[in-house]
Amino acid sequence: MTDIVSYVNHSLSQNGVEIVTLAQIKDLLEAEVIVGEDKLDLEIKTAFGADLMSDVLAFARSGCLLITGLSNPQAVRTAYALDIAAISVCRGKALTDKFIDIAKELGIPILWTQYIMFEACGRLYREGLTGCVREILVGDNTSARR
Amino acid sequence: MTLEAIVEQLGLKCKCCWEKLKTEVDGGYAGDLLSDVMANSSGGDVWVTRQVHQNIVAVASLKEHAGIVIVQGASPDKDTLEKAQMEGIPIIVSDLSEFEVVGKIYHLMHYA
Amino acid sequence: MPGDEYLEGIFYVQGRDFVDAGIVSSEIKKKLKEKDIPESIIRKAAVVTFEAEINIISYAEQGTIQYYIESDSVTIEAKDVGKGIEDIELALQEGYSTADDSIRELGFGAGMGLANIKRFSDEFEISSVPGEGTFLKSTIYLNGK
Repeated sequence: MTDIVSYVNHSLSQNGVEIVTLAQIKDLLEAEVIVGEDKLDLEIKTAFGADLMSDVLAFARSGCLLITGLSNPQAVRTAYALDIAAISVCRGKALTDKFIDIAKELGIPILWTQYIMFEACGRLYREGLTGCVREILVGDNTSARR
Repeated sequence: MTLEAIVEQLGLKCKCCWEKLKTEVDGGYAGDLLSDVMANSSGGDVWVTRQVHQNIVAVASLKEHAGIVIVQGASPDKDTLEKAQMEGIPIIVSDLSEFEVVGKIYHLMHYA
Repeated sequence: MPGDEYLEGIFYVQGRDFVDAGIVSSEIKKKLKEKDIPESIIRKAAVVTFEAEINIISYAEQGTIQYYIESDSVTIEAKDVGKGIEDIELALQEGYSTADDSIRELGFGAGMGLANIKRFSDEFEISSVPGEGTFLKSTIYLNGK
């Protein structure tokens, strides 16, 4: 995961776009770090807010920060499938041990914030994170099929 | 600020209840889990979501939301629009992602 | 077909078992990482598997997911026993869903599953017999972008 993320972020920063670290995001969201204290220097440029995992699979970009109210293991597995950089669980949603264990096992940092998704996304957008455009390199076959 | 201002400034499309766009927006709520929106959103909120089925109208009506913004290019079901028309809940759509739409609305609310 | 075809693994999926949803996707992803397969291909395979898995869990009684690696592609096959799909064309449409509220509350049921699988597949086939079950096969080329 890290190679692709570094490449994407590097090309973004080459174009004068601001990079925000997980540590800065943690502060902005007044979040607790539940998993990944050692990964706070991860650079994040894009974010995706959603409660529906299929949307994440369809539209989120690898290397992004996933902001969600879901605190179940499927959210971690969704992030893992897509090489998402980190998850910020919002709304102060209670986390289960299973959720935390799977995040540790799959190596995905988890931030935990009381802010509602609207507030969390609003703050991060203001800080300079952008939304995800569907990854061009994954290849969109839908038009060919229709 | 009004829903109308949000629609105009963000270049969004309103699909029904245009007469309701003058409604004042008091806050915002983003989310796709209906039970969560029921529990935690507030009256006067503009609700940003990807859900398109008619249940969203019931929720917005009950919570007295200013309106619903459906994002990421999703289209409201025909039933949803019909019900929204009946309940007087404006349905607005955007091709942008939830993050972008919320970010822009938030910016308008706090900094414009 | 050029190259050798061999079944890499087969996983069993229990219907309505939402707690473990995505576990097969994670396992296949881990296995693919051990091979010399490009990251973007692994990601596609993980997404396809995830969606297929969720569909079995959401709508079927039980099913299996198999994956094959050939010299030029990775193939995911999902078979299930269950109510099947009444109208496949409709089911393939983005946003069309037959999910109930319990499924939606878990973050699924947005109607994107089959559309997502198709999107990430280079070859895709699906067939179903209502009342019996569904079969789908997704092939992803290794040299795809």
